[in-house]
Amino acid sequence: MFMFILKRLGTMILTILVLTLIVFYMVNLPGNLEKIAKTEGNMRMTDEQVAAWLDKEGYNRPFFTRYGEWVVGTVQGDMGFSRTARKPVSEVIGQRLGLTGLLMFWVMIVMVPGALIIGVLAGMREGSRLDRGLSVASITSTSAPEYVTGIIFTVVFASLFRGFEKELSWWPEGFYLNGSAATAASKGITFYNFALPVMTMAIYGMGYIARMTRASMAEVMTSQYIRTARLKGLSFRTVVLKHALRNALIAPFTVIMLQFPWLLTGVVIVETMFNYKGFGWSLVQAAGNNDIDLLLAISWVAVIVVLLTQLISDIGYAYLNPRIRVK
Amino acid sequence: MKPETISTIEVIITSVIRFWPVWAALAVSLTSGYFIRERLGTFGRLYGSPVGLAGLAIVLFWVFTALFADVIAVLGPLEQSFTGGMKKAPIGTIDSESGILFLWGADNLARDIFSRVVYGSRIVLIIAPAATLIAYMVGSTLGLPAGYYTGWIDTAMSFLANLVLAFPVILLFYLLVTPEVRIPTMYNFGLFEVPWSIPIGMAALFFLFPIIFLCLMWWTKYEKAPQKLMIRGGTTLVIGLWLYVGLVFQSPIAPLSLDPNELNVFAAVVLGSSPGVFRIVRGLTMDIKTRDYVAAAQTRGERPWYIMLWEILPNARGPLIVDFCLRIGYTTILLGTLGFFGLGLQPESPDWGSMINHGRSFVRLTSTIHLALFPALALMTLVLGLNLLADGLREESLKD
Repeated sequence: MFMFILKRLGTMILTILVLTLIVFYMVNLPGNLEKIAKTEGNMRMTDEQVAAWLDKEGYNRPFFTRYGEWVVGTVQGDMGFSRTARKPVSEVIGQRLGLTGLLMFWVMIVMVPGALIIGVLAGMREGSRLDRGLSVASITSTSAPEYVTGIIFTVVFASLFRGFEKELSWWPEGFYLNGSAATAASKGITFYNFALPVMTMAIYGMGYIARMTRASMAEVMTSQYIRTARLKGLSFRTVVLKHALRNALIAPFTVIMLQFPWLLTGVVIVETMFNYKGFGWSLVQAAGNNDIDLLLAISWVAVIVVLLTQLISDIGYAYLNPRIRVK
Repeated sequence: MKPETISTIEVIITSVIRFWPVWAALAVSLTSGYFIRERLGTFGRLYGSPVGLAGLAIVLFWVFTALFADVIAVLGPLEQSFTGGMKKAPIGTIDSESGILFLWGADNLARDIFSRVVYGSRIVLIIAPAATLIAYMVGSTLGLPAGYYTGWIDTAMSFLANLVLAFPVILLFYLLVTPEVRIPTMYNFGLFEVPWSIPIGMAALFFLFPIIFLCLMWWTKYEKAPQKLMIRGGTTLVIGLWLYVGLVFQSPIAPLSLDPNELNVFAAVVLGSSPGVFRIVRGLTMDIKTRDYVAAAQTRGERPWYIMLWEILPNARGPLIVDFCLRIGYTTILLGTLGFFGLGLQPESPDWGSMINHGRSFVRLTSTIHLALFPALALMTLVLGLNLLADGLREESLKD
């Protein structure tokens, strides 16, 4: 097990290095650098002036020297300076990650139990009417990406709660996190400004986890030991709750962990849509404003999150399922 | 003057009526399909599963909409109305000058949303399946040897696939479509000029795979019949390369060419979805290669590529067809995501993602929600249809 984790960690570090190298290369293409020089200096710089500026800022040194410097700096916690936020990147990233973490926390709280309950109820009696209904519902939820559910929810809530409009002058302001509340995050998070983003994100992932749980539950329900338990005279409820559930929840565990990369895309969409100034929102901003250092930091943080969840899911799977101990 | 509008019920009825060619085509295809269902294989057995059939019907609905778009749509996708008050006109507004009914309202440039959604189905239904197909060629060409040989080939390719999978899709898209990355530089090779940029390079790589895949197929099958090999391989190469230079390098001699924006979208979507295909093909190959008929083929002394393409791949088709349906849906979502961030096709194009992107800033007011609502619903129903179809197919194939 120890060797396995060590090997996985090695692959992980290699992956991070290769991916950051690619990002580093792409954000440092000559066109990008020229644009930075012009936004930092002035728009009417001549080519010589641009070259001089790049020389002065050290952008013209050999590519791998600069990449090496960036890696060393990042490892030491110095990720450079965000040109849009006018703050060190580490500060920006920390703040944004905190906000997104809060959102993710609520998404998980809503999504995971909901999905597991739906999955278990559907898989408990395969082929029953309840199963069919819940399955179609979960397929529907996986077919509606965040930007669709977001719009539909907004439309539904806008017409249902027309009353809010008067009360809160212009209801979306009250219903979403508006700009200032989100950046400060000190005005508190209320049900009104958090419900829609959380629901929008939770619904998309929920169907997927529910379907995995259903498949795994249905498989367990047909196994021999469940039949034995039933024949022994245990009630259906005891069989489901005490015997089936434990084994049926191993597979969804991995799926939940592997949802993170997917949620990451969802975070970007939802944060852009609801103007929630978290990690995903900064990604869009950094990419749009050519903020090299911030973009690099965001990419490696995102990659690490994805890889760590994969690692945890693998280890957890092996730990939970004694039959699949890694050699 | 306030433009005249019709009631909600009239809007619904008119919407149904306007799709009449689709209903007719659906009725014809589904009933005729019913009579020859025995000969349709897995698809024929969908008639036994209501969910799968519903999925098929929804998918066909959009396919026929795309086919008959010219008949169904009232206005062109880019046609604007210049009558006053038609901008962001509500659902069911009648243009007072031309008398045209803007069934699902008009957008902020006074274009008919109904027509745009109908024309948008064309774009979505061409790009999504085509990109998925290419992703499939890429994924199979790489996944088959990885699963068949295992060892270092597998390790290397899986590493590459995991590399792409670990990358947040959105970031990938942002990096690929920034103008600095995507604007091609021309390289002069004396006789001809070749445009080059990272997305063009990626497309050049990906579009090579269908040609490689088909050539490998013909070569392994007709190795001992040089005449057939010449004909098939030759045609594939000539047509394939002809299309290739047009699609990738915008060569004027080719019949088809892609707009640089479309090429970027293609490259990005194929890159995003081929690792998934690679994984599933690899897994299936690992499973199937232990079967007896593979062992028999090995004993006969067949080439590894023959076994992979003509023994393993056809026997993996069941799960692959299901995955293909799911993946078209996923690609549609990806395309929508690209559009949502304004990274996709030209901003004025009527594809659903771009329309959602335009409409989302108006969604906050109850009177203008229709700008984004209809493309969002269209996209959702198409993906829903594909997912239901995949589910039905999976269940029917499990019954064997």
